[in-house]
Amino acid sequence: MHLDAKPPSGPLDKKWEKHQLEMKLVNPANKRRFDVIVVGSGLAGASAAATLAELGYHVKCFCFQDSPRRAHSIAAQGGINAAKNYQNDGDSVRRLFYDTIKGGDFRGREANTYRLAQLSVNIIDQCVAQGVPFAREYGGLLTNRSFGGAQVSRTFYARGQTGQQLLIGAYQALSRQIGAGTVEMHPRTEMLELVLVDGQAKGIVVRNLVTGEVSSHAADAVVLATGGYSNVFYLSTNARGCNVTATHRAYKKGAAFANPCYTQIHPTCIPVSGDHQSKLTLMSESLRNDGRVWVPKKKGDKRAPDQIPEADRDYFLERKYPSFGNLAPRDISSRAAKEACDEGRGVGPTGLGVYLDFADAIQRLGEGTIRERYGNLFDMYETITGESAYQQPMRIFPALHYTMGGLWVDYNLMSNIPGLFVVGEANFSDHGANRLGASALMQGLADGYFILPYTIGNYFASTKPQKPSVSHPEFKKSEENVRNQTKRLLSIKGKRTATSFHRELGKLLWDKCGMARDEAGLKQALKRIPELREEFWQNLTVPGDSGEFNQSLEYAGRVADYMEFGELLCTDALTRRESCGGHFRTEFQTEDGEALRDDEAFSFVSAWEFKGVDQAPVLHKEPLVYEEVKMTQRSYK
Amino acid sequence: MNLTLKVWRQKSANSPGRFQDHTARNVMPDMSFLEMLDVVNEELAERGEEPIAFDSDCREGICGACSLVINGIPHGGNAGTATCQLHMRHFHDGQTITIEPWRARAFPPVKDLVVDRSAFDRIIQSGGFVSVNTGGTPDANALPIPKVDQELAMDAAACIGCGACVAACKNASAMLFVAAKVQHLALLPQGKVEANRRVLSMVEAMDAEGFGACSVTGSCEAVCPKQISLDFISRMNRDYLKA
Repeated sequence: MHLDAKPPSGPLDKKWEKHQLEMKLVNPANKRRFDVIVVGSGLAGASAAATLAELGYHVKCFCFQDSPRRAHSIAAQGGINAAKNYQNDGDSVRRLFYDTIKGGDFRGREANTYRLAQLSVNIIDQCVAQGVPFAREYGGLLTNRSFGGAQVSRTFYARGQTGQQLLIGAYQALSRQIGAGTVEMHPRTEMLELVLVDGQAKGIVVRNLVTGEVSSHAADAVVLATGGYSNVFYLSTNARGCNVTATHRAYKKGAAFANPCYTQIHPTCIPVSGDHQSKLTLMSESLRNDGRVWVPKKKGDKRAPDQIPEADRDYFLERKYPSFGNLAPRDISSRAAKEACDEGRGVGPTGLGVYLDFADAIQRLGEGTIRERYGNLFDMYETITGESAYQQPMRIFPALHYTMGGLWVDYNLMSNIPGLFVVGEANFSDHGANRLGASALMQGLADGYFILPYTIGNYFASTKPQKPSVSHPEFKKSEENVRNQTKRLLSIKGKRTATSFHRELGKLLWDKCGMARDEAGLKQALKRIPELREEFWQNLTVPGDSGEFNQSLEYAGRVADYMEFGELLCTDALTRRESCGGHFRTEFQTEDGEALRDDEAFSFVSAWEFKGVDQAPVLHKEPLVYEEVKMTQRSYK
Repeated sequence: MNLTLKVWRQKSANSPGRFQDHTARNVMPDMSFLEMLDVVNEELAERGEEPIAFDSDCREGICGACSLVINGIPHGGNAGTATCQLHMRHFHDGQTITIEPWRARAFPPVKDLVVDRSAFDRIIQSGGFVSVNTGGTPDANALPIPKVDQELAMDAAACIGCGACVAACKNASAMLFVAAKVQHLALLPQGKVEANRRVLSMVEAMDAEGFGACSVTGSCEAVCPKQISLDFISRMNRDYLKA
């Protein structure tokens, strides 16, 4: 496998401009001859599909939801970063770039990250032109907030539903093209195979989720915009339908999977209430601006929070990180909460939770101010838990939230398979080992609106791909694979449901490859996963039939992929013998318990090559070369 | 608590449907309504029976996928709450709960509690957008917009496209949905440019899909999980007449 990242030469701030000039263009009259398949209709997918169609390409877009408007980008609350410097507080493209590289613990690719910061500015212009109702000041101009510990106010937002508003913008642009007949939309359709002809991505095989019909679609290029893999952990803040199937099956066809161990955990989610829990709900991090995090000092202290006097409370973030206190970064806060719970000092019925207490803030600012700032979040908390955070402390616990890892792509967002492009969270992205708050939306839209439409044109103009017919034997073979797997899932007729396997796998990964990882635990997981997978294929039960709307069957197929992907995740975590960003190996930490990077040995992207289900994958390394940035060790003391 | 569920079961669009009784055992108050159904479905699957099909995705009240009529009320009647955010503490032991799909001619059934809401997508495709291509847009701050206009547009834009408004309406009218979509854009200067064309084509598309007429009973507003105001319908009617 050959990995060439292809960053353009020249100074960092001129690379993209230079590359745009050097890329070949497709004659406008010829664009309609090129067919592009876009899988996924979230921010990255919808923006890519709409923009490609506007340019004149013929696009087919697929999503498993009943409407492209429901993709999980919709759930992002906080906002979207852009280096507009509208607040005159010293922001710039270079500062956003540097914050992103540093936040990613120097494990991102410099040229990509710089381009992301540059394009952030265009995204806001585009969204406003589409009618996205971003928050404004009385003077009519856009307002910003500081988010996730950033020193400047660069986050644009639309109440607590920025993701929904941006997605509606992209969905409306997409709908305009569907109405115009330039995009053929296939909702409730799941991609199950990537089809290669002569080593190039030439199409996909899908299953219609309503009728069960399996069909092939050929194109000149395939774009995957299928999101992240947090749901491999069973419980996460992702929507129930989010899955790894499209990217995992592309991996099995030869696409390199990069940095799977970089997963992000969000510190402020509502704790698990029992075994029935189906997903976790995120509460905006902004709560930590006024809430104080604490647990009882004594193990197993079961008193109600208001019965625990100050002297018996441990405000552990303030104690451990005096200068950042309750605003310590996501991974540090999450880990500290887990440690407190591991010590038996967790709160709530499950013991998996810490308090986020607003009593001091309410006393200082009055309940009215707190209501104004966080009213909707307090309401949401009460809806779910039945408790009022004005009366008693909230209970919070960390949860899986975002995955920085994904399919490996070069500067053009093309994977190592020619013609296979990957955008948004599905690629291994510009975030390095950890992502800043309010940067996911930015990346999805930068990829879809402003990068892919250029680079895919260059691919077409320079390679002149030939679209095969769907009667090509490779399509027939892939269709056969899909039918066989479906048949196999339905014919086991064992005793355990897909949910029960998924839950067991998720718990194992959360324990051994979650917030903190170590060699012994990862090895145990790597021993257990293949056993579990074997049991899955022997003892699974899937009710219903293949030729109908069958949610159990859809789900079983996704769990089958988790059973393989979980192993890759642990393998990557085991191999990366350092701590960085969202990947914390307990063996590698400073005396203060901070992540200890090993730049000498691990300044590279890990790109994994599939060798077979029960074979070890092969590691390929893309060295990370920093031309302008100096690596530093972060400190939040 | 233990509950009796009367659930609408329908194998496919073309087969007849009927209510079937299911029992939900050991339901905990902290469960969401959908988690309660998950548990029932697990038991059905373990027995080799077909689980109850229903739509859901984000389970935090924003994607608009979940769509159950619970005891006759879309989303179950808790103000400003989608089905996925409804919790079992609002029910009591021994209760019988009726669960049905959205019922409207323009939302044909798919299976059990799942219906086809693609009519909403087609209404948007008919004109529910600002006709700008990617690139070449002016600086975002080049066009100041009064905060009150932006806030009102945002109130309309909060619609999650679930279709509860249609399910609640005795005429299965989609006026609240269409009005929210039309007004989100009409209230902003970017959207004003093609406001006339938009409202005409979206109302025409709505009628073509077979949604009923609006008789302003307000049942749509009452069940809307985002509490979209009926005022938007009056505003749209005015814009429509002007156009």
